[in-house]
Amino acid sequence: MLAPMICLPQPDAAIIARKAGILAGLRAILDAEDVIDDELLLRAYETDALTAYRQRPLAVVLPHTTEQVAAVLRYADQEGIPIVPRGAGTSLSGGAVPAADAIVVGLGRFNRILEVDYEDRCVVAQSGVTNLAISQAVAARHFYYAPDPSSQIACTIGGNVAENSGGVHCLKYGLTTHNVLGVEMVTPQGEILRLGGRHLDAGHYDLLGLMIGSEGLLGIVTEVTVRILPKPQTARAVLIGFATAMGASACVADVIAAGIIPAGLEMMDGPAIRAAEDFVQAGYPLDVDAVLIVELDGPQAEVDELIARVTALANRHGATSCRVSADEAERLRFWAGRKAAFPAVGRISPDYLCMDGSIPRRQLAPVLAAIAELSVRHGLRVANVFHAGDGNLHPLILYDANRPGELDRAEAFGSDILRLCVDVGGVLTGEHGVGIEKRDLMTYQFGPTDLTVQHRIKQVFDPQLRFNPGKVFPSLSRCSEQGREHVHAAATRHAALPRF
Amino acid sequence: MQLLGAPGPAFELLAGGTKRGIGRPVGASVLDLSGIAGIVDYQPGELVLTARPGTTLVEIEAVLAAQRQRLGFEPPAPTLLNPSRRQTLGGVVMANSSGSRRVTAGSARDHFIGFRAVNGRGEAFVGGGRVVKNVTGFDLPKVLAGSWGTLAALTEITVRLVPAAESESTLLFAAASVAAAVSLCAQALGSRFEVSCAAFVPGRGVAVRLEGLVSSVQSRLTGLLTALDRTAQALLEGKDSHRFWQRVGAAELLADCPVIWRLSVAPRQAARILDDIEPDTFQLDWGGGLIWAGARELDAQRVRAALRGGHATLIRASAAERCAHAVFEPQAPAIAAIAARFKAAFDPHNRLNPGRMS
Repeated sequence: MLAPMICLPQPDAAIIARKAGILAGLRAILDAEDVIDDELLLRAYETDALTAYRQRPLAVVLPHTTEQVAAVLRYADQEGIPIVPRGAGTSLSGGAVPAADAIVVGLGRFNRILEVDYEDRCVVAQSGVTNLAISQAVAARHFYYAPDPSSQIACTIGGNVAENSGGVHCLKYGLTTHNVLGVEMVTPQGEILRLGGRHLDAGHYDLLGLMIGSEGLLGIVTEVTVRILPKPQTARAVLIGFATAMGASACVADVIAAGIIPAGLEMMDGPAIRAAEDFVQAGYPLDVDAVLIVELDGPQAEVDELIARVTALANRHGATSCRVSADEAERLRFWAGRKAAFPAVGRISPDYLCMDGSIPRRQLAPVLAAIAELSVRHGLRVANVFHAGDGNLHPLILYDANRPGELDRAEAFGSDILRLCVDVGGVLTGEHGVGIEKRDLMTYQFGPTDLTVQHRIKQVFDPQLRFNPGKVFPSLSRCSEQGREHVHAAATRHAALPRF
Repeated sequence: MQLLGAPGPAFELLAGGTKRGIGRPVGASVLDLSGIAGIVDYQPGELVLTARPGTTLVEIEAVLAAQRQRLGFEPPAPTLLNPSRRQTLGGVVMANSSGSRRVTAGSARDHFIGFRAVNGRGEAFVGGGRVVKNVTGFDLPKVLAGSWGTLAALTEITVRLVPAAESESTLLFAAASVAAAVSLCAQALGSRFEVSCAAFVPGRGVAVRLEGLVSSVQSRLTGLLTALDRTAQALLEGKDSHRFWQRVGAAELLADCPVIWRLSVAPRQAARILDDIEPDTFQLDWGGGLIWAGARELDAQRVRAALRGGHATLIRASAAERCAHAVFEPQAPAIAAIAARFKAAFDPHNRLNPGRMS
């Protein structure tokens, strides 16, 4: 079946007609250079990392302070103008795609780390600080911030909060929600709230837990307090080749069943291995159909013992090769191929769609087989690169947007994969978020009552439904197709970012 | 669901009943959920378990132990403070109960990943899922964890599991003051030796727990002692260590106190707060971030005034005192307004544990 084309919300023509007045209103709150309405400059904000969809917003504002954010939101509340929050715009699900009648609130100027506290082991950062900058700020004292989404050099901690971002190491160290202690946020009505702080758990309803992963639907986060961890004493990786994906999948299940929680447990299939090897020459075996990268970290004695156990399990499952990183350079080389897998696939195909379903681990082998069948049925190639340890798949569907109908076929293929994930007991998205991309599939995973319950929560915060319109919830409004463009790989945003 | 689907009276949700004395007394007929019990699905390779809310922890922990696994958080064991073995999975999730390991491993809310429930409108709904990695829609399990049955009645719960540690050891150190104890905890938790728990129990000293492979625990013990440059007063191993932490998690030291507070704070505030509230008995857990304070008489104003951030919950007090004073931390007006609308979204007619968190 063909996927329904994703619709961006129908803009309110009356708001667009008031553009000049709205700009004047915003310039009364902010300095002139912090309000962008120049058509050329606005282009930088018209999409995120889901580049097939783009829409120029009414205006972009770049406030400097929380009070300015609050003033802008109060103004938008009075005037009934939609708001689209934006960090670095690295969302793969279209979480920051603007609306034509909306003000984009960019947090790029919230770029300061406010406090590093080693005694209470936390960092307080403004929400526009990049994920990696937090780890860098505490690296000299051998601490780090654990969630490491692949876009970490660019993505912001505020965006991580909105998306509940994961990364390679979340198998052992958890997602954003497990590592955030508190936020300062502004409600859609322009009220400044503090949720959490430097203590653990909530004293009443866990509104902080709700905010994390709310995809910009409930407010704008301006400051984040994160927990930092001491760096593990040592980390080593094992690169294991398997003749079949089946063997690799069985090995993954047994590693977990043996009571081993690796810091990272990644899998790549044949097409992904070959694309990555062509690109970065990481030394992957080319005569195999799957490789696993198993990273063990912790105290030296423990890592040595776990490597022995993992190697024994790999051999029992018929591994064709098994290499343990001898030093840090080799460990990084093993990872280089994995980290370059997305851009590597970008070299063998003009375009690709990245899926993000999450399934029970025992379903890895059957789901991979079913994806291969779907690939034949849709007539499109697929490369699989994923977080095997927690069952989070990233099938990359290869297509050429310049060929009429191929994007539609790719989206139909993607929808079939996500439905398959739900059918085997999994979910639509493990870490990229619903955004606009998976919005219309929400009814496949959730029943009408489930969605109603969630929508009531949305209305608790945003009764006018002005915040990040068109995201997460299946749209009932009329369809505007103007936002969808066919974009070629050359123009892809953040093309150079490593993607896991 | 039928009971809640039609207009009718309010209910006090109850399963094991071990936490009935926490929160404002609920003057409503009891809706006994203890019959909604049993493990629904447990696949050790998935590190996930689905069970009905009335399933006792004793049962769940025995099933997990047979597969050398355990709950991802560390719910307090039955002890002097709460001797009943009837504590249920639904109860610990609704109370977001977590023991000493919380400081490194997370709390019930961190490991509660999916559910089926019925809200105060009588609507059956699901939230989260049964896979460990999931960001589809709002994180509803976080919302229900710690909501004390005021938003919905759980009918099925999915939690993450972790492999059980092969061995554990605890080092005990002398501490000259609360401030020195918290500082030692911070050093231990900030070290690279993967300390899982750090507490200060007056009379016993600062306790630091190491868990994992036998070889790993041994080498980390040595490394930690060198890094801290201290001599331990005692070393507890295996079952002795385990029992010690069960007693800490259940705050056994405070078992005889008629009034007990549980304060979650920034660790560096702990010493000052204790100076301010002068409890008769206390212990610190979570590296100083969790204060258990026991007293003969309730002085709610003094406890609340001592907080600068964080929250205090009245864990034990007479019913009359729990009617007269807020049991849970009062919220800022803007947040309280959201919380009230939030409650109404799930339970507009206030039929689930009415007043318990007010």
